[in-house]
Amino acid sequence: MDNIAGTKSSLTWAVNITVFLLVVIWLIPTVGLLVSSFRDREQIGVSAWWESIFPVEQSFRARAEGEVMQEGDLWVIEGNVFAASEVVEQFPDEANRPPISAFGLTGRDPGGFTAGEEAENRDNGTTIVNGDGSFVFTTNENPEEEGFPRIYFVAETPPDFDLENYDTVLGGAGMAQAFINTLTVTIPATVIPILIAAFAAYALAWMDFPGRALLIAAVVALLVVPLQLALVPLLRLHQQVGIGQSFVGIWLAHTGFGLPLAIYLLRNYMVGLPRDIIESAKVDGATDFQIFVKIILPLSFPALASFAIFQFLWTWNDLLVAKVFLPASDESWVMTVRIADDLLGSRGGDWGILAAAAFVSIAVPLIVFFTMQRYLVRGLLAGSVK
Amino acid sequence: MNPIFQGLITIVVGVGGCVGYFYFANLILDRFIFPAKGPEAGRNINRANQVRPWLFLFPAMFALSLYLVYPVFGSFIRSLYNRAGTEFIGFGNYLNLFGDSAFQTAFFNNFLWVLVVPAMATFLGLLVAQLTDRLAWGNIAKSLIFMPMAISFVGASLIWRFVYAADPDIGIINAIRVYFGAEALDPLQVPFWNNFFLMVILIWIQTGFAMVILSAALRGIPEETVEAAIIDGANPFQVFFRIKVPQIMGTIVVVWTTITILVLKVFDIVYAMTGGNFDTEILPSYMMDFMFRDDGRATAVAFVIMIVVLPVMIWNIVQARKEMR
Repeated sequence: MDNIAGTKSSLTWAVNITVFLLVVIWLIPTVGLLVSSFRDREQIGVSAWWESIFPVEQSFRARAEGEVMQEGDLWVIEGNVFAASEVVEQFPDEANRPPISAFGLTGRDPGGFTAGEEAENRDNGTTIVNGDGSFVFTTNENPEEEGFPRIYFVAETPPDFDLENYDTVLGGAGMAQAFINTLTVTIPATVIPILIAAFAAYALAWMDFPGRALLIAAVVALLVVPLQLALVPLLRLHQQVGIGQSFVGIWLAHTGFGLPLAIYLLRNYMVGLPRDIIESAKVDGATDFQIFVKIILPLSFPALASFAIFQFLWTWNDLLVAKVFLPASDESWVMTVRIADDLLGSRGGDWGILAAAAFVSIAVPLIVFFTMQRYLVRGLLAGSVK
Repeated sequence: MNPIFQGLITIVVGVGGCVGYFYFANLILDRFIFPAKGPEAGRNINRANQVRPWLFLFPAMFALSLYLVYPVFGSFIRSLYNRAGTEFIGFGNYLNLFGDSAFQTAFFNNFLWVLVVPAMATFLGLLVAQLTDRLAWGNIAKSLIFMPMAISFVGASLIWRFVYAADPDIGIINAIRVYFGAEALDPLQVPFWNNFFLMVILIWIQTGFAMVILSAALRGIPEETVEAAIIDGANPFQVFFRIKVPQIMGTIVVVWTTITILVLKVFDIVYAMTGGNFDTEILPSYMMDFMFRDDGRATAVAFVIMIVVLPVMIWNIVQARKEMR
């Protein structure tokens, strides 16, 4: 359709650029999250994610450990800050140490002096840290008795991407358990409604009985009933019949809540199947049950798949139903609850952890989305336009 | 018992039970109750065919009435009782609600959400649908804009927490502000406007939905009408606003109402972003404040949401019935 009349090249350019900008705006938040989830915790605090491929001016804290000599009243410590026990792990390769740009004597001002400058310290002595990390620290306190003094330095560190955040999130932060819980909630809650809805949709689409139109209208009405209404009465009902807050309860709840859309989608699809096939099967003596199992179900595969994706995404991403119908203890938390009720509070400032947790929770839906987008789109279209 | 095993057993029992129910119910109906043989074979087949639809419908109808119809009445009745559920207080909960300034804020904010989110999402969706229509890489662009649909509201909230973070080294908004010399601030604490910053998240998610549906509707427009307009000298804007938009108006309304309904249900974003603080409460999140603490109030709020949704529900039914004829 590129050669259609009325298309101007200048306009095409404008369209290309606008769409490109929109896509970039749409992607920035997610890309930021993804990049942050791989970054080292210290670096997140110092530089923004869009600068993360550049080296970072990062400050380090160490003790001025080195050889001690006594000169009059003063002790002189000579050594290299990179060799201090607190930071040596981060700079294992002696040949590859970054240059030091500044150093300091207090945590409040870790880069108060430029490298090579002589700074007066509290202990009536002086401190010099050179660019290569070597330092001379004079002090009137015996470091062998008082311990080595504190020293701070600022060095450019290369970008540091690793999987440490994911390690923490899956281990200590309990996302591994939450991931399994989410999976446990999602799969039965996706499989069971499909079957129930398929039979009902077939009856509403191809069987004649009084009150059919009324039932279809009821399903359409139930599509928009706010879930909020169901929470209190159903939870009480579950408690009365002994299910209480449990996985069984949430499977039942998701099944009930998913049914209107399932029936609506499947009925709309099944109505569109060619009448000839079904009628000739009937003429050949097939029963409704046989027609359903052998003809309708296989032909409706696209609609079944699109509902399955919907229901999967909806149950996976759900927070409300999980908060109400699952026990409020951390071994049965699903990922959304774990993030919203626990991590946002307890790790609110730990951006790397939050990013990794969010990414663990959205990874599976994203994979499903990108591999089965075709069915998702088809389902959306069947659900709202005809 | 381990929940995973429990889950597997449930799948087997659930699926097996469903299949077994449908299969055996059919079998019993055809073989024993109305057997298609003997002197009354013909009548029996007819009678069996009258019963069969209800066999197929029964599980779905049972689940629907229990999980969606019963709660409408159950909630309403519960909302007429006091906190403990022991004393009938008529519309006391509702009167309390309307007197509560937090409820008024939530109601007003929800009104803003309903006004802004569907309009913006539909507008942006239409824009992207139209712009990508003729683009060589249109499908990739659409797929990327559609992507947030797969992300949970909680995940999306976290993603946007990074965007809105007050620290200019984390939040891109504040980084831009600082770059232009303004002071960093927490967007979520700016009175009134913070509501709109929260709405952006839902618009970000829902634009893809609007785009997909409107894009299909645009494709469905008969090519002749567009060509005729171009030959008559219409410029691209006239073609879009005078020829295309009127033809897909029905779809636009459907998208608009679908998103409106969604806006009235989503509590996750407010819950995860501000917890309803800084005057950002909306009805669904306001309800969750009372959930587990005051069931009377909670159900009253839920019923208010139901009443707000009601017109859309009726309109949907009317539309569906029209289509069926």
